[in-house]
Amino acid sequence: MSQPGQSVPAGRILVIGIGNEYRRDDAAGLIVVRRLSESSVGDFTVLEHTGDGAALMEAWKDAETVIVVDAVRSGAEPGTVHRFDSSLQPFPASTFRGSTHTFSLVEAVELSRTLSQLPPHFIVYGIEGRDFEAGSGLSTEVEKAVPDVADRVLHEVRAGSSRLF
Amino acid sequence: MKTRTLKVDYLARVEGEGSLYVKIRDDKVIDVKLKIFEPPRFFEAFLRGRQFTEAPDIAARICGICPVAYQMSAVHAMENALGVTVGGPLRALRRLLYCGEWIESHVLHVYMLHAPDFLGYEDVIQMAKDHPAVVQRALQFKKIGNEIVTLVGGREIHPINVRVGGFYKVPTRRALEPLAERLKWARDAALETVRFTAKLPFPDFQQDYQFVALRHPDEYPLNEGRLVSNRGLDISVDQYENHFVEEHVQHSNALHSVLKGDGAYFVGPLARYSLNFDRLSPLAQEAAREAGLGPTCSNPFQSIIVRSVEALYACDEALRIIDHYEMPENPAVELEVRAGTGYGCTEAPRGILYHRYRIDDRGSILDAKIVPPTSQNQRTIEQDLWQFVPQHLDLPPEKLQWQCEQAIRNYDPCISCATHFLTLNLDRE
Repeated sequence: MSQPGQSVPAGRILVIGIGNEYRRDDAAGLIVVRRLSESSVGDFTVLEHTGDGAALMEAWKDAETVIVVDAVRSGAEPGTVHRFDSSLQPFPASTFRGSTHTFSLVEAVELSRTLSQLPPHFIVYGIEGRDFEAGSGLSTEVEKAVPDVADRVLHEVRAGSSRLF
Repeated sequence: MKTRTLKVDYLARVEGEGSLYVKIRDDKVIDVKLKIFEPPRFFEAFLRGRQFTEAPDIAARICGICPVAYQMSAVHAMENALGVTVGGPLRALRRLLYCGEWIESHVLHVYMLHAPDFLGYEDVIQMAKDHPAVVQRALQFKKIGNEIVTLVGGREIHPINVRVGGFYKVPTRRALEPLAERLKWARDAALETVRFTAKLPFPDFQQDYQFVALRHPDEYPLNEGRLVSNRGLDISVDQYENHFVEEHVQHSNALHSVLKGDGAYFVGPLARYSLNFDRLSPLAQEAAREAGLGPTCSNPFQSIIVRSVEALYACDEALRIIDHYEMPENPAVELEVRAGTGYGCTEAPRGILYHRYRIDDRGSILDAKIVPPTSQNQRTIEQDLWQFVPQHLDLPPEKLQWQCEQAIRNYDPCISCATHFLTLNLDRE
């Protein structure tokens, strides 16, 4: 049985893939981080996550560098890769605003920031999805973006590593 | 003749379908269109052809906030089809798991989603600026719910330890002990939460609801019971489809679940509470009374108090289960695959969640029906708005809109059905 309440020890680098495997392109974040588990670039932790905001806050609480990968819908071309540096500024104001029905990534980041718990280095990669219907399998454009994002995440991880030493 | 409209896109990010539309003419409400939830039809289709053993794991993906509820309704339905009963410590572990989810879900809703409305904050983030300690306590409290789910349900957020017949692994008594200590803290936090919510300002808004919930001879309902209402309904779960139907509502482009011959009904904490007050633990009953509640509650705004009472009950019940727990010899009961139809209905945090499956003699799923609580409440929410809006027409439009959203949040609707992707409106100049 697993131990409850485990989070990343301080000084760590944490990569989180958020997604739902049964909603096509919504799985993008999970697919990217699964590629990372296969390669080894020194010491970092990979988490697959459903995106529950409070659990996310707990997961990254003691991390030094956090890189999140998630599917995005913004109207850009499917397969477009967006990068946000959340340590510099909040997410664009229109994201999730006007509704407090959900408490997921964006709220978790901003609440962490308000409570002074946001890790000092926090990057979010969003892959523009095309198809979020039920089913397994990524659309072609998203599938093509996966290796590129995985590479970029590894770059971020190396940068995080060099900051620690 | 003056006409104004109130339009809110809740789910601008999900196929543009979640929306509220209210039309007011000469200070009279002439139209209310609410569409906040699409039933998981695609998951019903997705399940066809899969093995019965996969139902809990696939169904768990329907909701990111209450995967345990989907797993419980699924396993109960499959066990019903196979003629199997799970009792004893395995049954107790399932209740414990469900308590964990109730705590997680209710605490999230009370503090992160609903309390900001009552205190005049746009969201929990603004609320945290003025009340960091309250929000921190809420996060710690919710975390204990997560810990229960992790310990009993397996490592990940989606419990991987649940299966038809029981579990893959069961914990030792010793493994549960640290959880008991945390739950004692949680119980205190729950009591404080009831007191905190009791002091919030509530509009005077009572309605004559048809409440529907499970009822069990000994317990506050989680996994088992008969389906009852405050208007004489008393049926076994397998009779659900003989009494509850989905009606297509022309104006709203949504399917509304109704009681045959009776119309709208109300599921969830208020319904459970009003139909099962006598089954709450003494501590929970006491806290409810102290908060000014009677044995029934018909003010949907006070659902925030009732959720707090249920979270308190869940802590109490979890402690009771851990105290009596004896590790079972086998993590699951034996199953013999056979063709049949099975029915399951359990109390998700938001209300009754009904599953029905038909399987063949190799255990393959032929068809499935899943009716979540949020889709069952849609008509009632709409009716609330029909009543609520005329009483508040004097408010400035922004304030009225916010109050409508708050009224909808009374139902803790599960709007994002297992989707979480970010929708961004990027201004490119």
